[in-house]
Amino acid sequence: MTTQPTPSFDVQTGSDATTISLSGAWTTLHLAAVERAFLRSVKNAAHSIALNLTGISSIDTNGAWLVEQFNRKADALGKSCTVTGASENAGVLLDTVKNRPKSPEKQKPDPFYITLLYDIGETVVTESRTTLHIIGFLGEVLIALVRSCIKPKRFRTTAFFYHLEHVGLRGIPIIALLSFLIGMVLAYMGAQQLQKFGAQVFVIQLVQVSVLRELGILLTAIVIAGRSGSAFTAQIGAMVANEEVRAMKTTGLDPVDTLVIPRVLALLIMLPILGFIADIMGLLGGALMVWQSLDIGLSGFIVRLHETMNINNFYVGLVKAPFFAVVIATVGCFQGLQVTGSAESVGRLTTTSVIESIFAVIVIDAGFAIFFAAIGI
Amino acid sequence: MNDVILSLRNVKTRFGSRVIHDDVNLDVYKGEIIGVIGGSGSGKTVLLRTILGLNTHAGGKIEIFGKQYHKLNTKEKHKIEQRWGVLFQDGALYSSLNVMENVDVALKEYTKLSSATRNEIAMLKIFLAGLPAESAELMPSELSGGMRKRASLARALAMDPEILFLDEPTAGLDPITANAFDELLKTLQHALGFTVFLVTHDLDTLYTICDRVAVLAEKRIYAVGKLDEVVKNPYPWIQEYFNGPRGRSAKPVPCGEK
Repeated sequence: MTTQPTPSFDVQTGSDATTISLSGAWTTLHLAAVERAFLRSVKNAAHSIALNLTGISSIDTNGAWLVEQFNRKADALGKSCTVTGASENAGVLLDTVKNRPKSPEKQKPDPFYITLLYDIGETVVTESRTTLHIIGFLGEVLIALVRSCIKPKRFRTTAFFYHLEHVGLRGIPIIALLSFLIGMVLAYMGAQQLQKFGAQVFVIQLVQVSVLRELGILLTAIVIAGRSGSAFTAQIGAMVANEEVRAMKTTGLDPVDTLVIPRVLALLIMLPILGFIADIMGLLGGALMVWQSLDIGLSGFIVRLHETMNINNFYVGLVKAPFFAVVIATVGCFQGLQVTGSAESVGRLTTTSVIESIFAVIVIDAGFAIFFAAIGI
Repeated sequence: MNDVILSLRNVKTRFGSRVIHDDVNLDVYKGEIIGVIGGSGSGKTVLLRTILGLNTHAGGKIEIFGKQYHKLNTKEKHKIEQRWGVLFQDGALYSSLNVMENVDVALKEYTKLSSATRNEIAMLKIFLAGLPAESAELMPSELSGGMRKRASLARALAMDPEILFLDEPTAGLDPITANAFDELLKTLQHALGFTVFLVTHDLDTLYTICDRVAVLAEKRIYAVGKLDEVVKNPYPWIQEYFNGPRGRSAKPVPCGEK
């Protein structure tokens, strides 16, 4: 590529006429050197302006547009502007460019507090609408559940078992490991703190209450929301984007029956089981740490557990599992069905789904905590 | 029209052990519209991607603007990238940017123009591509298939490329829209004088706008030349292509009867 001279222009002002001679390469990459000054020069020019293009070595549409913009500015200021010396090529470009209509007037953006208020209002409205839709969707799912109870033929056994495996079986290692670690951390931190009062032995109670009542199941629900809830959204969303769901509808298959019910049921069955595994592993992790730091062996741990344990703690934890399961599965499937066709929306809605289901899980958990405290369990 | 802008010499490409192109030779001249045709799976799109440096080739030489793209360093590659424009099959618009921002991407990256001027240029390209000014604010997901292609054309034209690569620009468009697109391309090419390398299946496009046609078959460029010369090539695929029911109906005037 030969190096092209940068574009420049030369203004000669007479008494009532200005001649501006352009030279150099008026092409996209070089235009930045002149654009502002060139467009500004129209202001100081005399009433009649002549643009002389003889000197330019090359020009493209973007250069031609700059000339045209100059022309239009001159027009707007009531000055006359003529272009002379355009080569054939430049002439064609100028003619092509000339037809471009004026850009539509941009509206002035509202002051920031207005947009802020608007955004807040919009978020409140859309979020409450989504909540309503999810509740409506939950109803739809329940009706479909009842329907498949009445007509078991509608039930998709293969899909159900597939999801049992993917949600449950394959989720066991991660959940087991995480709750084991949490149990260990709890016991370790508890032992350190309680040592100050010489009450180390209560560590077992601490681990037992927190793991069984809250952490075991909450942790499971959060991991499953991230692992399976997001997968539900992504799977169903990809199917929507690929028009598979529409194809299903035209064949007379109900997406709720085929896609949602197996997932909801699989999670409904698996989440309590996973929660139970988490409980056991949490206790084991606690036992290990208690043995390590307090020198109480496993048998001692179990005896102590037995003495202090209120079985209600265990029930309180597990009774929440089905609720979490329904919420996670429903939100995951609902968001998947909201996909509008672009791959981008699959990603966005997967994020939304995880955030919403974790949020819902924690809110429900808090509700349960208050409820059980009120009835004294 | 004698300057070679793109030349392929003995180009070989393969995926694993599967050979896609064995010996591709082709010259593209400045200012022409060349159409590359070939059966499904003959590697037209692969050839295009190879020229653009998206695939590596196993042998041979590809020269664009007299340089071998894949051997250049990043800075020199950018220089080439500023001189070509590419329109992918389904537009490949950036889904998170609206139409104007899509057009603006290269301008913003490579020029130091003020944002006002860049917007003006983007609007100009949107106009040249035949889109209404209102569409500038739309997101790609809000566009119809034809509009997406036009928006993508506007983006390809942003830097005033010297050569434009088009991958099946009229695929999936209705005949009227496809025709309009062909016309648009022809008008723009006439006005702006760029070179067009066009991969297509559309016989109408070939008849209306292409100066020359290259046939990709048997893993090489089997025939290249003016359309009426290529039509006479006895190779069975070419005969079937141009003289099959679709081929015959696309012919503007009866020619090449047996």
